[in-house]
Amino acid sequence: MLRGWHYLKFSSICLVGLCLFGCGAKKTAVERGNKAQILHLGNQTEPQDLDPHIVTGEPELHIISALLEGLVTEDPKDLRPIPGVAQSWDVSPDLKTYTFHVRSNALWSNGDRVTAGDFVYSCKRVLSPALGSEYAYMLFCVVNAEAYHSKKIATFDSVGVSARNDSTLIVNLAQPTPYFLALLSHTAWQPVHKATIEKYGAIDARGTAWTRPGNFVGNGAFVLKSWVLNKEIVVEKNSRYWDAQTVRLAEIHFYPIESSLTEERAFRAGQLHTTANVPPNKIAEYRLTSPKLLHVDPYLATYYYLFNVHRPPFDNVCVRKSLAMAIDRKSIADNICKGGQLPAFNFTPPGTAGFTATAHLTENLDSAKALLALAGFPDGKGFPKVELLYNTSELHQTIAQALQEMWKKNLNVDIQLVNQEWKVYLDAQKRKDYFISRAGWSGDYVDPNTFLDLWVTGGGNNRAGWSSPRYDSLINASRGALSQTLRFACYQQAESLLTSEMPILPIYFYVSSHLRATSVKGWYGTILDRHPYKYVWLDDQ
Amino acid sequence: MTQSSRKPPTHVQSVIKRFLENRLALVGLIVLTILVIGSLGAHLFSPYSYSAQDLGYGARGPTLKHLFGTDPLGRDLFTRVLFGGRVSILVGVAATLVALCIGVTYGAFSGFLGGWVDRLLMRVVDILYAFPFTIFVIILMVLFGRNIVLLFCAIGAVEWLTMARIVRSQVMGIKKLEYIEAAITMGQSTPTIIIRHIVPNVLGPVIVYATLTIPSVMLLEAFLSFLGLGVQPPMSSWGLLIKEGADALEEYPWMLIFPGCFLSAALFSLNVVGDGLRDALDSTSVKE
Amino acid sequence: MLRLILRRCAEAIPALFAIATITFFMVRLAPGGPFSSEKNTDPSVLASLNAHYGLDKPLYVQYGLYMFKALQGDLGPSFKYPGRSVNEIIAGAFPVSLELGLLAISIALVCGMSAGLLASLRPRSLLDHIPMTIAMTGMCVPTFVLGPILVLGLGLGLQLFPVSGWNGPLDRVLPSLTLAAPYAAYIARLMRGGMLDVLPKDFIRTARAKGVSEIGIILRHALRGGVGPVVSFLGPASAGIITGSFVIETIFAIPGLGRFFVLAAFNRDYTMILGCVLFYATLIILLNLLVDILLAWINPRLRGAS
Repeated sequence: MLRGWHYLKFSSICLVGLCLFGCGAKKTAVERGNKAQILHLGNQTEPQDLDPHIVTGEPELHIISALLEGLVTEDPKDLRPIPGVAQSWDVSPDLKTYTFHVRSNALWSNGDRVTAGDFVYSCKRVLSPALGSEYAYMLFCVVNAEAYHSKKIATFDSVGVSARNDSTLIVNLAQPTPYFLALLSHTAWQPVHKATIEKYGAIDARGTAWTRPGNFVGNGAFVLKSWVLNKEIVVEKNSRYWDAQTVRLAEIHFYPIESSLTEERAFRAGQLHTTANVPPNKIAEYRLTSPKLLHVDPYLATYYYLFNVHRPPFDNVCVRKSLAMAIDRKSIADNICKGGQLPAFNFTPPGTAGFTATAHLTENLDSAKALLALAGFPDGKGFPKVELLYNTSELHQTIAQALQEMWKKNLNVDIQLVNQEWKVYLDAQKRKDYFISRAGWSGDYVDPNTFLDLWVTGGGNNRAGWSSPRYDSLINASRGALSQTLRFACYQQAESLLTSEMPILPIYFYVSSHLRATSVKGWYGTILDRHPYKYVWLDDQ
Repeated sequence: MTQSSRKPPTHVQSVIKRFLENRLALVGLIVLTILVIGSLGAHLFSPYSYSAQDLGYGARGPTLKHLFGTDPLGRDLFTRVLFGGRVSILVGVAATLVALCIGVTYGAFSGFLGGWVDRLLMRVVDILYAFPFTIFVIILMVLFGRNIVLLFCAIGAVEWLTMARIVRSQVMGIKKLEYIEAAITMGQSTPTIIIRHIVPNVLGPVIVYATLTIPSVMLLEAFLSFLGLGVQPPMSSWGLLIKEGADALEEYPWMLIFPGCFLSAALFSLNVVGDGLRDALDSTSVKE
Repeated sequence: MLRLILRRCAEAIPALFAIATITFFMVRLAPGGPFSSEKNTDPSVLASLNAHYGLDKPLYVQYGLYMFKALQGDLGPSFKYPGRSVNEIIAGAFPVSLELGLLAISIALVCGMSAGLLASLRPRSLLDHIPMTIAMTGMCVPTFVLGPILVLGLGLGLQLFPVSGWNGPLDRVLPSLTLAAPYAAYIARLMRGGMLDVLPKDFIRTARAKGVSEIGIILRHALRGGVGPVVSFLGPASAGIITGSFVIETIFAIPGLGRFFVLAAFNRDYTMILGCVLFYATLIILLNLLVDILLAWINPRLRGAS
C-alpha cells in the first residue's frame, strides 16, 4: 500500500505536465463512440479464427454474427427465427422438406449475389471430413449428411441440400425436426463465399488466409475492417447489406479482455460500452449504486456435477440421490455466484422454448441420511474415498469447496477435491476417469432437445456413462412427435426419469451478466446471450 | 580475513555480537520468529479450521469474533493467514534447501577440482542461465498439475545456479589456504576434504544468500498463485490469499491488507536479517 | 571481444538444442492434447485434425521434422489459431512486449540508480534510510497487487491515465511503472552497495586529495566502478521483465507475447509453447552476451579474464 502511495505522488509530480497536455479535455472512448456510432465491446478472448465452420467459442460467434448472415436470423428480443437471406420458406406437410426463397437483393460484400448455390457449397464444406468442423453435427438432421461426413458415401449429390436455381434452396430432413429453423442461425449453417474460399485454398483446407482483413468476403451487416491479434477487431457497416437502412452503427470494436476485473475497470473508465462478464464480487455494489448499468438475464445453460455411474459407490442410485439432496443450492447461488442464478432442481433450464420441467428434486436432509444408510453407509461410515474433479477456475473452486463442506457437515462424507487444468480435465472426463466431476452445458439452440438428448445411451457427450432404454425410447419418441404437446410430454417424462435416477446433480441455471452503458439501445437480454448488432444503436444524449 | 577466522568460536562470537548490534536486523529476527511461531502453531492460536465455512457469514470485515474478517465463503481469515504462512514458509525454506544442496555440492566440487572439470561445470551453469526458468516452472505446473512437492523441486531447481557460483568463488579462495593443502598432502579423499574442511568455511556467505533466496521463492509462489497454479484448495498460502485479496481490492480490502502485511513483514524481515548477517560476517566492510 | 562473442554463440547452439529437446518431450508427455474439447469430437474429425498437423506420425519423426524446420527458422503453425504461424504471432506480439520491457527497464534504471546514488552519499542518514525503506517495501509487493492499486489510484481515482489498452502514449504509463517497480527497488539497493564499495577506494581518495569536486568524483570516477553490480543484474533483470510481463499484460489487456505464451501452455498449443520457449531462450542468451560486453566495456580489467 505504502508503495502505491509513493508512486502515486511520484507519478503525479513527474507526469502532471504530460497529462494536462494529453488528456485534459479529452472525452472517453464511450462518449466519442456515442457521437460517431462506434460500439466498444468487451469480448473475452482472442478469437481462434473467423471461419464460421471451424470456430467453436462464444467470442468468435459474436464477431461472426456481425460479418455473416444465414438463411434465417434472430429476432433481437426473443431470438425467434426471422427471415434473413431467405425472405420466406415453405415447409412440406410431412415437415421433412424445407424450401427457402433466397432474396434477390442479398449481396456479398464484394458485390456478388448470394445464391442458393452458396449455401449448398457451404454445407458441403462443413461436412467435408478433412475440414474437421467440430459443429458438423448441427447438420446431421439433413438426409445423408452424417453418412457423407463419415465418408460412407463419396459424393455430395445424395445429401439433402440442393439448389433448384439461384433463389431456391431445398433442404430434405431425415425426420421432422421441430427446432430446425433455430439451428439455421448457428454458425455451422452460415454461408461462405466460394470464390474467396477457393482463392486461398481447397474447400476443406483449414486456416487459410481468407478470414484476414482485406480478404474476408461476407454477407452480414458489417464487414471486417481490421484485426490486431490480442488487441482489437474492428468491423464497419456494410453498405451492400440488403437491409443496410436498418443498421445504425458505423463500427464495432471487439476487445479481447480475458480478466473480468480488467474489463470492469475499463468499463468504469469509459473505455467500453458493454462488458462480457461482471466479477461476482462487484454485482452487489452495482446493484446498489448503479442498477441501470447492470444487466442480469437468464442464460440457456446448466451448471451440474456428473456422477460416474460405473464406479462404486455411485453405481448405487441411493448414494447419488443422497448427495444430491444434501446440499443447499440456494445458498450457493446467493452467496457464491451472487448474480441471481436460479438453483437447479432439474436439468433443462425453465422456459426453454416454452418448456418447463415439472420434475423437481427436493432437498431434504433426513431423506438424504436415510438413503445413505440404505446404501450401506449409515452416518457416512465406511464411505469410500472419492474425489471431486473440477477444472481450474476461481468459481468452480469456490463451489467445489462449498459442496465439500456441505457434504462433510450434513452427511459426514469426506470428498477430496482435485482440480485439473482445462485440457486434462476434459480428457479425464472423456475417459470416465473420475468419481464426481463438474460440468456445464449450454444450449446450442433454443429447444429442450439440446439438453435432453445429452443422456441417450452412447451419446457423444454423455460423460456420465449412464444408460436407460426407457430414456432412449422417450427421446426417440420426441423426435417423431408431430405436435409440440406430445413432444413436451416425452421431455417431461425424460426429466422425471433423470430426477429419479440422478446420473447428474444439477446445481444452478446460469445467468449472463453484463455491464452496459445507458447509451446502448436496441440491445436486449436474450437467453443465448446473442444480440444481433444490426438493431443496436447508440443514443448520444 | 583476520587472525580470528581460523578459530571458529571467536569468529562466530564476533559475528553474533556484530549482528546483535544491528538494531534493524534484530527487529527483523524477532518479527520473523513471531511469524514462524504463529504459523507453525496456527491450530493453537485459532478456534477455527482453515476450511470451515459459514456461507451466510461470507466476506465480512474484521470483528472481535473474526479478527481479520472472513472471505466470501465465510472462512475465518485470521486462521487462513496463519495456515497460509505455514505453506508459504515451508515452500520458501524447502525450495531454498533444495537449491542449497544442489548449489553447494556443485559449486564446491567445481571450485575445488578446478581445471577442465571446473570449466566444464561452469559452462553448464552458464548454459542453464539461459534457460527461461520461470517459464519452465509454469510449463511444469500447467502440464503436470499442481503438486506442492513439484513446486519445491521446480523452484529449487531455478535457484541453485547463483548459489553454485557463489560457493565456487569462495572455494577457489579457500583451497589455497595452508590447511587445505595440508589435508591434500595427507591424502584425504576429495569428498572428505570438501565436506570436512571446505563446506564449513563457505557456510557464511551461503547462509546469507539462502536468507535472501527465501523471499524470492515466496514471491515466485505468489506469482504462480496469480496464474492459478499455487497450492491446492482448501489449503491456503500467502500468495493465494493475496491473489484473492487483489481481486477483491475494492469490495473487501481486508482480504488483501492482512495477508499482504504478513507477507511483506516476512519478506522485509528476511531481507534485513540477510543484510545484517552479511554485514556481520563481512568484517572488512564496516561502513561509517 | 570478438572471441567472447564467437564463443558465446558457439555455446548457444547446444543450449538451444537441449532446451528445444527437453521442451518438446515435456510438452508431449503432458496429459491433455490440443484438440481436447468440451463437446464431443468425432473420432474422424480428430483423426483429420491430427493428420493435418502431422500428429499422427511417430513421435521421433515429429521431433525430427520440427527440429529440421526450426533450424530454418520456421516454428510451425499454431494449433490454437488455425492459419497463423508461430513466427507470425511472435512477430506481431513481441514488439509490444519489447516496448513495454524497454520502458520498464529504463524507468527502473533511472529511478533505481538515482535513488541508490542518493542513498550512498550520506550512508546511515535520513537520505539513506528513506529511499532504502521504500525500495525494500517495493521488493515485497507483488506486481499483481501494485498494478490494480495504481489503476485504482491514478486511472480511476485521479483519471490521469487509461486503465487498459495499448494505443496512445498515455496507455504505456501505468503498465511500465508497475513492471518497473520491483526492479527499480532492487537496482537502488545494488547501486547503493556498489557505490559504498567504491567510495572508500584509494583512487577516489587520491582524486579527492587532488581537489576534484565532489560531483566530479562521483560522476567521473565512482560511478564507473559502482555501477558494476547494476550492470551484472541487467541480464537476470531483463529475463525477469520479459517473463514477468505476462502479469502486466493480463492486468492491462496489452497485446504482448507473455499472454500468448501462458495461454499456449494452457491450450496445449504445442508449437506455440516450443516457439515461445526457444524465442525467449535466444533472447536471454543474447541479453546476457550484451551485458557481458557492457561489463567488459565499463571495467577494462575484465576484458582479458573472461
